[in-house]
Amino acid sequence: MKIFDAIGRVFLRVFEQTGLWFDAFWRTLTSAFRPPFDISEWFRQMVRLGVNSIPVVFLTTMFTGMVLALQTYNGFQRVHAEQFVGSVVALAMLRELAPVLVGLMVTGRVGSSMAAEIGTMRVTEQIDALKALATDPMQYLFVPRVIAGIVMLPFLVILGDALGLYGGYLVAVKLMHANPVVYEQNTYQFLDLNDMWSGLIKAAVFGLILTLTGCVRGYYTTGGAEGVGRATTYAVVSASLIILLSDFFLTKLLF
Amino acid sequence: MAYIQLENLHKSFGGKVVLDGMSIDVERGESLVIVGGSGSGKSVTLKHIIGLLRPDKGRVVIDGNDITTMRERELNRFRRHFGMAFQEGALFDSMSVFENIAFPLRRHTKMSQAEIRARVEECLEQVHLHGVDTKRPSELSGGMRRRVGFARAISLKPDILLFDEPTTGLDPVISDVVAELIVEMDQTLNTTTVTITHDMKVAFKIADRVAMLYKGRIIEEGTPDEFQRSQDPIVRQFIEGRAEGPLTAGDEQHGRIERRESMRTDS
Repeated sequence: MKIFDAIGRVFLRVFEQTGLWFDAFWRTLTSAFRPPFDISEWFRQMVRLGVNSIPVVFLTTMFTGMVLALQTYNGFQRVHAEQFVGSVVALAMLRELAPVLVGLMVTGRVGSSMAAEIGTMRVTEQIDALKALATDPMQYLFVPRVIAGIVMLPFLVILGDALGLYGGYLVAVKLMHANPVVYEQNTYQFLDLNDMWSGLIKAAVFGLILTLTGCVRGYYTTGGAEGVGRATTYAVVSASLIILLSDFFLTKLLF
Repeated sequence: MAYIQLENLHKSFGGKVVLDGMSIDVERGESLVIVGGSGSGKSVTLKHIIGLLRPDKGRVVIDGNDITTMRERELNRFRRHFGMAFQEGALFDSMSVFENIAFPLRRHTKMSQAEIRARVEECLEQVHLHGVDTKRPSELSGGMRRRVGFARAISLKPDILLFDEPTTGLDPVISDVVAELIVEMDQTLNTTTVTITHDMKVAFKIADRVAMLYKGRIIEEGTPDEFQRSQDPIVRQFIEGRAEGPLTAGDEQHGRIERRESMRTDS
């Protein structure tokens, strides 16, 4: 019987969390269009999420582009298809790797800190204090963060795209002695503007997922410092999982 | 009609009954102190008055408005009539003292920068604090944090002031300073004040009327003099602070509410 009990609990939890997430999504959406608009807070969050994430994005995407070129060059050499390395790197970076890697890295960097920050506000009664000061905490805390996620992730991904392509170029040309002109030609030959757009749409969706999950996990924190720690972990784990799952469905949809 | 009416409030968290038919009225301008042991439902009562919690049964009526049936946005607007000072201050730690007190002014008024500055200074003056406006909450002592919390609570000139355990964790001297400050604020600002505490010395100092909460109900109320003369064995034990008596013979069933449960009611 115990096992059914446990399964039931897991299901209840999943449904509860899903419900809370969509409830928060709806309330954030509706309150985003209602005054007061804390524009300065929006920008503060954009800087925190976007600008401050540039170093992480820089290293992650650049090295991914580099290793991708290295690996495919190695493999493609065996079937004498080196000329496709540029195309593979470009397609993989733009459509898939840049959005997902940037999404996961920003989840670790920013989603976690949002959960910790809002969770601490919860356990120290600052959320109640916001309400007591006639302020809707979801509007005040969630809206600027979610907007920052939706707006800034695509920009980070554009940066990531460029760096990934450049990393691939560096390895292929400098390390593998590919012909730079041919490599560049191959990079853009099979590339479509839609490849970039699909990556950017994904990025915006991931931005929504990682910020809202961080906020919701923090908002419903229970049980002191330990609870804040738990909220932070769950925020990163669940946001990462949702990003990876939704990535498949988005790809299917946007193909 | 009383200014604040709590009518037959019932509230449970996950099967634990915290309020069990609690009723009390507060007149306009009065200072009511609700005393009671840990887990008697004091904090929950205070959170019902400002609508942070909604009762399972019963009504909270403020100046003729039933806030239990209000929608969240309406309630949010209505909360401008309240100033609430939280137990540990609940100051926003990402902001300076000045920004904390200016926060409600910036959000709810069209005051200019200069007017806000003047009002913040006035509020800090009221709680006898000087030269702390650029400090962060983490740089302040416990007593100072409370006082900044008071200053923030009064910045919008509320009609009703609520104090949640204003002296818990402070040394006796600072406790007395804070209690005197509450008396002074109640008089000069002309507010209706509800304070919850388990510190009887503080209660007698600031109260026009004292009420005791036990197992989710009010078991005794009266002026400080009447309250001190009460013959109720539970009240006597509490006032005298004895270990033996009816209070401790019972159980701690009413104990701490689980945060998780209270979350569910959070709309």
